[in-house]
Amino acid sequence: MIGLGGYLIVAAVVFTIGVLGIFLNRRNVILMLMAIELILLAVNINLVAFSAYLGDLTGQVLAMFVLTVAAAEAAIGLAILVIFFRRRGTIAVDAADRMRG
Amino acid sequence: MIAAIAFYLFATLTIASAIAVIFARNPVHSVLWLIVSFFNAAGLMLLVGAEFIAMLLVIVYVGAVAVLFLFVVMMLDIDFATLRTGFTRNLPFGIIIALVLLGEMIVAVFAHKAGPMIAGHAIPAAQVPNIVALGTLLYTRYLFAFEIAGLILLVAMIGAIVLTHRSRGDTRTPKVWKQLRRRPGTAVKLTQPGVGEGMNL
Repeated sequence: MIGLGGYLIVAAVVFTIGVLGIFLNRRNVILMLMAIELILLAVNINLVAFSAYLGDLTGQVLAMFVLTVAAAEAAIGLAILVIFFRRRGTIAVDAADRMRG
Repeated sequence: MIAAIAFYLFATLTIASAIAVIFARNPVHSVLWLIVSFFNAAGLMLLVGAEFIAMLLVIVYVGAVAVLFLFVVMMLDIDFATLRTGFTRNLPFGIIIALVLLGEMIVAVFAHKAGPMIAGHAIPAAQVPNIVALGTLLYTRYLFAFEIAGLILLVAMIGAIVLTHRSRGDTRTPKVWKQLRRRPGTAVKLTQPGVGEGMNL
């Protein structure tokens, strides 16, 4: 039977892939949002694994809240993306320079 | 034995499809790989007995979030090839960062194994189903947090609508004040026409 370590390593790998995705697709906002979803998925795997390991359901409750926030974040992020595209005609991150940052 | 095989299957597929998400050339394919990844992560969660979270993952992510992504990707008319220009330039640096991060986390996992456990007891045999236990916890101890989560979803919904709403000039909307000011005196006319005489309008 697979112990806690296996789950933690899977979560670590998925988390790393998410971070790598943000690094590699630095111009494409949609892919960055998807990478953030991957990171949150890794967090959820971690929470559920620890919840099962410790026999404490609090981890699963927390995973549900993470899920809620992830869904809200995706909705708001994509809405911002849509109005950004409507204004500028592109979704490249470089195009968001209106405030000269 | 079968559980170990299932674990390795789900873990491998989760990681492989997560890699495919960030390396796919077409964002539509990325979204589809994301769906595969979420399905397999749900399988991983099923293996440890978290049925409700697994089903929630499938329903919320595959049913709502992934479809939202797909919708936006297909709705926007974007030249994705130009968005990939920095991809190969960032690749070596990104790989280095990722390897360092992964190494750190794996070291942390083994350090956790080596150290003394604070509450390392086995999973108690489930007397009640996972959903019942989770619901009991949610509606008693975490009721306030649960309602806050609902509020967050409401704010997200209203925010998304407010952000993307635009009033177009060429639509014909009903004039509510005009409709409300209408009274029977101006709208209805009662007449008593005689037989065979017809009516003057």
